[in-house]
Order: sequence, then C-alpha cells, then structure tokens
Amino acid sequence: MGTVYSKLRKPLVEGDKSLHDVTHDVCHSIEGKPSQLWWFGFLGTGLVTLLLVAVVGWLLYEGVGVWGLNKTVGWGFDITNFVFWVGIGHAGTLISAVLFLFRQKWRTSINRSAEAMTLFAVVCAGLFPLIHMGRLWIGFLWVAPYPNLRGPLWVNFRSPLLWDVFAISTYLTISAVFWYIGLIPDLAAVRDRAKHWARRLFYGTLSQGWNGSVRSWNHYETAYMIFAGLATPLVFSVHTIVSFDFATSVIPGWHTTIFPPYFVAGAVFSGFGMVLTLLLITRKTMRLEQYITISHLENMGKVIILTGSLVGLAYGTEFFIAWYSGSLYESFAFINRATGPFSWSYWIMVSCNVLSPQVLWFKKLRRNPMVLFVMSIFVNIGMWFERFVIIVTSLHRDYLPSSWSYYYPTLIEVLTLVGSFGLFFFLFFAFVRVMPAIAFGEVKGVMKMGQTVHHDPKPAQPEPEVSNA
Amino acid sequence: MLKSLLDSLFGREKQRDRLFLGVFTDEDHVLDATKACRKAGFNFYDVFSPYAVHGLDRAMGLPFSKITYVTFLCGLMGTCIGFFGMGYVSWWDWPVNIGGKEPFPFSAFVPVMFELTVLIGGLCTMLGLFAFCRLFPGKKPRLFHPRVTDDRFVIAIEIDEDFDDARCREIFTTNHAEEMKEVAPDYDALSEGGAA
Repeated sequence: MGTVYSKLRKPLVEGDKSLHDVTHDVCHSIEGKPSQLWWFGFLGTGLVTLLLVAVVGWLLYEGVGVWGLNKTVGWGFDITNFVFWVGIGHAGTLISAVLFLFRQKWRTSINRSAEAMTLFAVVCAGLFPLIHMGRLWIGFLWVAPYPNLRGPLWVNFRSPLLWDVFAISTYLTISAVFWYIGLIPDLAAVRDRAKHWARRLFYGTLSQGWNGSVRSWNHYETAYMIFAGLATPLVFSVHTIVSFDFATSVIPGWHTTIFPPYFVAGAVFSGFGMVLTLLLITRKTMRLEQYITISHLENMGKVIILTGSLVGLAYGTEFFIAWYSGSLYESFAFINRATGPFSWSYWIMVSCNVLSPQVLWFKKLRRNPMVLFVMSIFVNIGMWFERFVIIVTSLHRDYLPSSWSYYYPTLIEVLTLVGSFGLFFFLFFAFVRVMPAIAFGEVKGVMKMGQTVHHDPKPAQPEPEVSNA
Repeated sequence: MLKSLLDSLFGREKQRDRLFLGVFTDEDHVLDATKACRKAGFNFYDVFSPYAVHGLDRAMGLPFSKITYVTFLCGLMGTCIGFFGMGYVSWWDWPVNIGGKEPFPFSAFVPVMFELTVLIGGLCTMLGLFAFCRLFPGKKPRLFHPRVTDDRFVIAIEIDEDFDDARCREIFTTNHAEEMKEVAPDYDALSEGGAA
C-alpha cells in the first residue's frame, strides 16, 4: 500500500507509522525498565518535594512570621506563587478543550501531557491559598458555617475570595475528569498489551472494561465534546475570578477593569511557556520526536507570540489608563512600578515577556528547539515576575507614606517556591511512567491527515515537502 | 429517555443469536463495509474500533447520544443549587451587612452559579457516560479481537432472519477483511486463548 503526501497539508505524525507502531512507540516507554535519567529526575524532584513538606511543616508549626511579609506588604511570594501556578494550568485546558472545539488536530500529540500539567499546576496552586493563612485549620472554620452563640454564620458569597475557592476546586475537578475520560481508551490498550497480571489488574480497573465498541464511542465522543464545551468557559472564568481578587479591591494598580482579559492572556502565555519547557524535555528523553514534531513546537510558538503581544498591549494600556484617568493614586502606582524601588522586577518582567518572544517572528528561530527552550524559560521567569510586580509593587507604597515599606523574601519563602517546582516536576515524572504520555487513541484518528492511502501495489515515493504557507 | 437510561443502568443483554465477525485493518475499509452491511439490511451486534472513527456511528445507524440531556438537566440543577443555596445563606437565613452590600446581589452570585453548573454538569456527564457505556471498575472486558484496542476493527453481525451469509462474506471480502468467522453469542477473543 503506497502513501501519497498531500501538497497542502503535511502529516501530523512523521515517519510513516502504522497504527500498531503508534501504540507501541507510546506504550513502550511505560512498559520497560525506566532509564537512569528518569530515576535521577524522579528521585531528585522527590527530594525537593520533601523539602517543600519540611518548609510547609515549619510554617504551620511556627506561623507566617517565618515569611518576610509585613504590615504593608501582606501578600508576597505566597499569592504570587498561587497566581503563577493557576496560570500555568490554563494552557492544558486551552489545548485540550479550546483547540478541540476549533478542530485543531495538531493538539492530539500534546493534549495528554498538557492536561496532566494542568492538574499538577493546579495542585501546586491550591497549596498556597491554604498555607498563606498560616493556621489553616482556622481557615476551614471560616469556610464551613461558623458555630457561635447566635446560630450559624455563613460565609460571604459577595466576596471574590470565596468565588475563587469555587473556581479553583471546580477547575481541578473538571480537569481531572476530562483527563481521565480521555485516558480510558488508551488505558484499555495498555491493559491489552500487558503481560503481568498486576499490570492487567491496574490498567484493567482504570479502563473499566472498555472494549472499543462503537456504541460506546458514540456516547464517548458526545461526552468528550460536552466536556470541551464545559471546560472552555471554565478556563476563562477561572483566571477571570482570580483577577477579581485584585480588581474588586480599592488598591491603585489592582483596581482596573482590564484585569480579567489581561490575566487570561497572561495565563495562556505562561502556560504555553511551561508546556514548551516540558514537551521539549519529554520528546527528547522519551524519543517522541516523530509525534511531537517541530511543527507542533512552531504552533505553540505562534500561540506564545500572540498571547505575549496581548500581554505587552495590556502593560501599555495600563499605563495609558493610569495617565488618562487623571487619578493621582493610579498614576503614582504605575510610575512607582516602573521607576520605584521594585523597578528591577518590572523590567525583568517586560524584557522576559515582551522582548524575548519577539524572536519567534522568525521562522528559522521558531523551528529551533534550543531557541524555543531558552525562550520558554524566559517566559516562565517573566510571568512569575508579572504576578510579583502586580502584587508587591502595588502594596508596598500605600496611601499613607509613613507605612511605606520594602519586601524581602525569607529563605523559607524561596524554598517554598523551589519546593512547589519540585512537587510539580515530581508529579510529572510519575505521570510519564504510569500513563501513556501521548493520547495515541486520538493520534490514530488524525493520522490520515495530509496523506491519502491508495491501493496501488507498488509503493509510491513520498513527494518532497512543500511548505504550508 | 428514562427507559433507555434505566435500561442502560439495570437492563440485561437479551439472548443473542450467533454472530458473524469480520476483522479489518483500515478505517476506510471498515467504514465502507459498515455502510454496505447497513444497506444490505443486516443487524449489527456492534462494531469495534481502537479509536473514534469519524462517521462510523452514523454509518451503523446509531442515533445521537442522549447524554446531552444528562448534562443539561444536571447543569441546570447545579445552577439552581447555587442560586437558591446562596440566596438562603445570604438573604434568608442570616443576612449580614458587609460594607453596605445588598443582601441579595444577583450579579455577585453569578460566578459561583456558573462554577456549580459546570461542576455538577461535568461530574454527572462522567457518571452518565459510565452508565450509558456500562463501564465500571472491575468489569471484565469482552474483546472481539486481541488487538481491537490497538489496530484491528471488527464488525459483528447478528445471524438472524435478515442475515445472508454469502452476501455478507462478499461485502467483507470486497472491503479487504483480514479474517471472517462465525462465533457463539458469548464469544470472547481472550478466553479462546488468543492473547497476542
């Protein structure tokens, strides 16, 4: 059977794979013994996770005094990390849900690991609002009806902080469900390849007896579409609500209507930065270059340049509005941001988020994995600083100059940030060993893209690549 | 709809006739064969495929999935739980004056109402999917080919009064079937020792 390549569309999977090759290539990496590199990463990040447990334990024992917060700067690394990690999560849902609704078939190679990344990022994010209370058991009393002599006192549903609790928990739950539903057919394939009874039991239990019946596929595809439809507004709502935590306050620098779209664009931007970082490592170490191709990386680069430009536009708009509003406090907050004591963090943010993605205008650089990797690290750094800038520079000089202050993070805060990265990568390392890292059930469905099979007995030569302008 | 839901939850599979299987290796072939079998008036037991083949469900003549009703009703329930729950808490049971905000601000309730719509709608869609597909942890998979979750497609036709053996074999052969066989109604490729 010969394969003819379309001149208009390049195949999404390279290397002229058969259906069985796809199953084998993806499942192979979770069937054999793990490589030394994997053990190194898994155990190394495991140690860093233990560090996180230690510093969080110390925080809970000693109280928030172990952090460098003060009366003026009441939110520092804790909420910065929270907003940063929630933002990271957004790329996964964007790839799995929004690109699904837009019929972007290239998503199939990357959606599984991007969704896993979402879950782990939201797990890391969820930690910080809990521990920033210091004595988190008191927090649970506030969330539940608070018992007192006058009867139950309920929580305040007019507060965006409470909306956030609902948004983050819904996001975590629905992302987990979406991810698991997508995994079921692939887990069934892993089950049917398994030799050892324990593997059969493990994957058999998780795949719930899936046998590829088209009657089931009929319900499955409809349900998958519904999940994509539910997750799309959800992902926009989550960072919108996170931005409400700031936007509904009266702090200059926070009290702006641009925040919801600005936060969502920033979230997608930072998330794609992290997806690029992870996938560039994954495709190399797990030898998946033929599935996660340079074209996939290029597409992600295009999303980064778009969202990076949106973020840059938002920075400019904020300054314009600060001036145009005529509000003294607002203008001061922004001039202080760019020229005040924390201006170093502002300029790190601008150079990482606005300047570094500009290299992606050039096709040659966009298709170079090394350039993309370095650029994605810059995006990660820049987006962490964006949250730091928004939170700390708006707080440290408030309405009363006598209470102006500076903020120095303590070692404990820095180690908590490092530890959260440890937890994130630890979970990701565990994921790539236990679950198929590529949704091969979906990849198989798009393999005929860009190629037409005809039943000519003599094999045809693939035509030279024609660029898809 | 209720009947089909109950049926999918508690219904038992009726006693089937013997089955005629055709095994295929390409999605285009199985799609063409399925269309031809439907045209010939055969009754499908089921078709099995390792991935979602576009249009195969319609080619079999399956109606659109009713799972959308589950999502809609449960999502609506989530909206109502959010609306009435917050109304009870903030207005009926113990209105607290916080900065002079209204005790019943509809716009402030919208975010939580939306989140609960998605949460309850999504969770019920998952449970509905498991019920519709009769999936549960610990279910023993009944495979019609050892590699049906990998790279083989199987059409299973019921051998009843509409069945025509010669016509069916012809359809399968012209569509490049790899294998054809008649099997018992409780056929399971794995218990036949076919694990590859």
